[in-house]
Amino acid sequence: MSNVLIVGELKNGELKKISKEITSAGRKIADALGGKVTALLIGSGVEKFAGDLGAVGADSIVTVNAGDFNAETWANLVAGVIKEKNPSVVLVPHTSQGKDYSPRVAVKVGAGIVADAVGLSVDGGKVVAKKPIYSGKAYGNFKITSPIAIFTVRPNSQEVVQKAGAGAAEAASPSAGDAKVKIVSSDLSGGNKVQLAEASIIVSGGRGIKGPENWPVLQGLADVLGAALGASRAAVDAGWISHSHQVGQTGKTVSPNCYIACGISGAIQHLAGMGSSKYIVAINKDGDAPIFKVATYGVVGDLFEVVPALTDEFKKVLG
Amino acid sequence: MKIIVLVKQVPDTETNIKVGDKSINEAGIKWIISPYDEFAIEEGLRLREKNGGEVIAVSLGPDRVQESLRQAYAMGADRAVQIKVDNYVPFDTVLTAELIANFAKAENADIIIGGRQSIDSDSSQVVIQVAEGLGIAHISFAVSLEISGTSVKATKEVEGGTQVVETSLPVAITAQKGLNEPRYPNLKGLMAAKKKPIETKTPADLGNPASKIEVVGLEPPPPRIPGRKLEAADAKGFAEQLVKALREEAKVI
Ligand SMILES: Cc1cc2nc3c(=O)[nH]c(=O)nc-3n(C[C@H](O)[C@H](O)[C@H](O)COP(=O)(O)OP(=O)(O)OC[C@H]3O[C@@H](n4cnc5c(N)ncnc54)[C@H](O)[C@@H]3O)c2cc1C
Repeated sequence: MSNVLIVGELKNGELKKISKEITSAGRKIADALGGKVTALLIGSGVEKFAGDLGAVGADSIVTVNAGDFNAETWANLVAGVIKEKNPSVVLVPHTSQGKDYSPRVAVKVGAGIVADAVGLSVDGGKVVAKKPIYSGKAYGNFKITSPIAIFTVRPNSQEVVQKAGAGAAEAASPSAGDAKVKIVSSDLSGGNKVQLAEASIIVSGGRGIKGPENWPVLQGLADVLGAALGASRAAVDAGWISHSHQVGQTGKTVSPNCYIACGISGAIQHLAGMGSSKYIVAINKDGDAPIFKVATYGVVGDLFEVVPALTDEFKKVLG
Repeated sequence: MKIIVLVKQVPDTETNIKVGDKSINEAGIKWIISPYDEFAIEEGLRLREKNGGEVIAVSLGPDRVQESLRQAYAMGADRAVQIKVDNYVPFDTVLTAELIANFAKAENADIIIGGRQSIDSDSSQVVIQVAEGLGIAHISFAVSLEISGTSVKATKEVEGGTQVVETSLPVAITAQKGLNEPRYPNLKGLMAAKKKPIETKTPADLGNPASKIEVVGLEPPPPRIPGRKLEAADAKGFAEQLVKALREEAKVI
């Protein structure tokens, strides 16, 4: 039997979309391997999401009551549930939290791990994970040979499919252990309203926006679309916006359905972070800018005219 | 204070990647230190300058990685160690971490610093796996770090902002952009680095851990949806066309 465990993730007490994405991906794997899907949710009051995950393919939901995120205690909790449930495949979000605890889980349970998978298929009873490598200039396919295989999965890479599982909830209380690292304080004021690495639409600005006073031009469009605000390194290095918005090789890797690049030339280090976006819109004055080589839709024009017009047009159709 | 800095050698971002069956074609590739590891080296040097001790640069791979280790020497590392793995698979994080953890254990290291991810595999796994292997604390995505005595205070990037965290040595750190500005090796340092010894360790010296990854194959990236430039008389015309294309053709908004 090859059972699948997915580890869900919450933000501000709400279930993140990635949780549903990996539950659906887990369902597909379990169907191919003839196993069951268990979804693990850690937090307080998480039982209420059992139905949401059941609707996208979870056969059962294990809930663990816990306080704020800490990588060490989370790793203990996840490893504890893995030891109890003994799945052969574990899917974890490739998010900042997932990246923080998944390495410890892999070592604790003696599992191989492939991180940042964008494709999951089954071949010969084993999961084959596909991931972009060398800044997206190649893709690799990997299998894990240990009895437990862990994959961290890139947000927005898996489709959410409605498929009813039983969704029965049960509580577990594995030991959280002690954390050696104590969190002294958090400052969550500098970030995006919509999380960049997991956003399905991103409006991004580069040196072409001319100065920090012009972000409202892009934020206006982002607000209408429910999009996150991104930036090129040139805009970050100029001090126009914090590094947490930077997309690219030394910023965040993103894979939205739609990436709208405004006044960004499309340097290779920028493409390294957004080249796997499904649809790319480029708005740039210079018709020869390299960004047009990857853009699905290119607009050669001044962003200060095109972006406000686009915002108005979307306002009209999206009401 | 014994500080281990991890130095992964990766293809330069601008290098053209040719995909072979199970690995890339290495002919013509320019190799560099993975950019985040440069922050790690710099931080190691700063910690030594402040607290004393030694910085050991460690790289895993075939003999070409010695070039990256010489660069670490030129920046100011005290020792350089090659974990000699000729058929090194850059995606095999568990194996890599086990070798490094076994090395760090033998050295009785106080601090292990690496980049937040390497730019060839983007896995963000190795340093934290080393921490788990050694049973020590880790701080990921560090953008500031202060160590005095055995107490460690750091600011780390988290979703939506930053956190201040505290722990005590020994600790493993992953370096995020913003932690520091890496220094350039100077000419004198580069000349001197040529003569410095590079220690080598083999997997057999380090417990011979097993790989848990099988490379099924590499392939070129999937083709992009073909693009086109829109034609319109003015901004309003572009906007109308774009909205139509994104809603009716792409169906993404
Ligand atoms: C080690 C390393 C790591 C790096 N990491 C990153 C990274 O993570 N992310 C990243 O983005 N870069 C990164 N870079 C930098 C990268 O090489 C480029 O310098 C950077 O991406 C350029 O940013 P830009 O496109 O905003 O600016 P520019 O290249 O200056 O382009 C500005 C564009 O705006 C257009 N423009 C100007 N005015 C207007 C207007 N009114 N309307 C429309 N268009 C206009 C111009 O035609 C031009 O194409 C890295 C570089 C190195 C060496």
